[in-house]
Amino acid sequence: MSETITEPELHHEPEAGSSRRMTLNMGPQHPSTHGVLRVVLELDGEFIEKATPEIGYLHTGIEKQCEALNWQQVITLTDRVDYLANLSNNLCYSLAVEKLLGLEIPPKAQWLRVLLAELTRINSHLVWLGTHALDMGAMTMFFLTFREREDLLRIFEMFSGQRLMTSYIRPGGLALDPPRGWEKPVKAFLADFPSKIDEYESLLNANPIWLRRTKGIGILPVEEMLEVGITGPLIRAAGIPMDARKMTPYSSYEKFDFKVPTATENDVFARYAVRMAEMRESLKIVQQALDGLPEGPTRADAHRVVLPEREKMKTQMEALIYHFKIVTEGIAVPEGEIYQVVESPRGELGYYVVSDGSAKPLRVHMRTPSFANLQGLPNLVEKRQISDSIAIMGSLDFVLGDCDR
Amino acid sequence: MLPETLQENELAAALAAVYPAAIIDGVLAHGELTLHIEPDDILAVLEFFKRQQKFERLSTVTAVDRYPMEPRFELVYHLQSVARNLRIRLKASVTAEIASATAVYAAANWYEREVFDLFGVVFSGHPNPKRIMMPDDWEGHPLRRDFPTHGFKYTYGEQK
Repeated sequence: MSETITEPELHHEPEAGSSRRMTLNMGPQHPSTHGVLRVVLELDGEFIEKATPEIGYLHTGIEKQCEALNWQQVITLTDRVDYLANLSNNLCYSLAVEKLLGLEIPPKAQWLRVLLAELTRINSHLVWLGTHALDMGAMTMFFLTFREREDLLRIFEMFSGQRLMTSYIRPGGLALDPPRGWEKPVKAFLADFPSKIDEYESLLNANPIWLRRTKGIGILPVEEMLEVGITGPLIRAAGIPMDARKMTPYSSYEKFDFKVPTATENDVFARYAVRMAEMRESLKIVQQALDGLPEGPTRADAHRVVLPEREKMKTQMEALIYHFKIVTEGIAVPEGEIYQVVESPRGELGYYVVSDGSAKPLRVHMRTPSFANLQGLPNLVEKRQISDSIAIMGSLDFVLGDCDR
Repeated sequence: MLPETLQENELAAALAAVYPAAIIDGVLAHGELTLHIEPDDILAVLEFFKRQQKFERLSTVTAVDRYPMEPRFELVYHLQSVARNLRIRLKASVTAEIASATAVYAAANWYEREVFDLFGVVFSGHPNPKRIMMPDDWEGHPLRRDFPTHGFKYTYGEQK
């Protein structure tokens, strides 16, 4: 009897010169892609030969809509770009428009902006930590981080009336004065949160599964990272202290004392360590903003572009006229262009804003960190195991709304 | 020609010394340096900034539609030097086509696909010139000024 076994019908001999490859669609509904990202993987066994991210499933034409709205109305769209870092986006757009208008923002508004931007950073890192650990099989983290995130969302709601789509930072200052008694929950959070970070670290730093799945995984030479445009905690975990808050300070960040955490290991664990350290630094900044909060108004004194206070509007005729004109006609922003960069939780967030002197922007381009970081995904996962790609994708911390816009 | 106001500017002067014909115009506004570049020289200029001036990063590539002006598309490149903590904006005005910057900066890949998808500017020499945001069978380029913002219907699949 012959020893050859007949091959099953579906089996094909690999083509000359190629190994047996399988093409696998990861996503758009794969849980570890955190949204609707599709990655086409070409696999050789467990190893990824080629990875092609396919984006655009969440493209909502925000940049196009910006051109159809007034300058002040655009702020509502900036919330929806990166739905985990709304206030960073509000801030970036507002700074760009304020530069074109030449507005001077009162110190109190600047300090509150810094405070809220840092709380946003903690909020975003908490979501990242919970989902990243969930992907790695550490489910408890998700419940713990969302417990603390709830406190932050309550603070945002108290300030702006909204948990997510805050639209609180506006060109010219803040939408409203902070509510009475706002310090109390912020102070409570500051007192409580350091022990919570310790709790997270005690659950992860000695967890053998976590360590095996993150240490030494996802290393990419730093030159390649710069080449493909990766920024944020990833580049800082590769040893480059690149942070817009230090390099080109905005909104009075130069007056705050904080460090830019870096690491040199350049792996998934180092990115985790950098983000944990960043949360601690953010707490320091929030504490300083709270302690040194200046007195004064929260809106710039520019009656032609900033809505008047409610009280004035009801008692002064000029204020009423300006209110009417701003709401119906919009504000005319002088001709010019700005590329404003802020450090979002995910990296370099840039708004390129062009004005032709009219009441609507000629162009608003958002240079979002998720888009650029995702572009580096093939470099990070190719030639590595498919199970590692989950850890690597988690370490990128992308938000698909931020990527597709 | 480098305008007189920028003769003192270190970066602009350095470029003018090597490629005097490449600069059409330049402006320093709000602390940001913008240089208008001859579209045919864009690759050489990008290469110059990357290799000689330590601009390691390409932050973003985008376009502005100046319709009905001609040439209507203004390509905008934002470069950053991390080592020197500098930023620069380069612009090139084209009607339809420009050389792809992917050979100089790998980061340009997706940004140029986006500009192609949303504006319809063709990047010659791009390794993967496909749509990135819109569906593959989409007609038109949404970020053009003459493309309507509302009232546009798209049917998926076979129905017509």
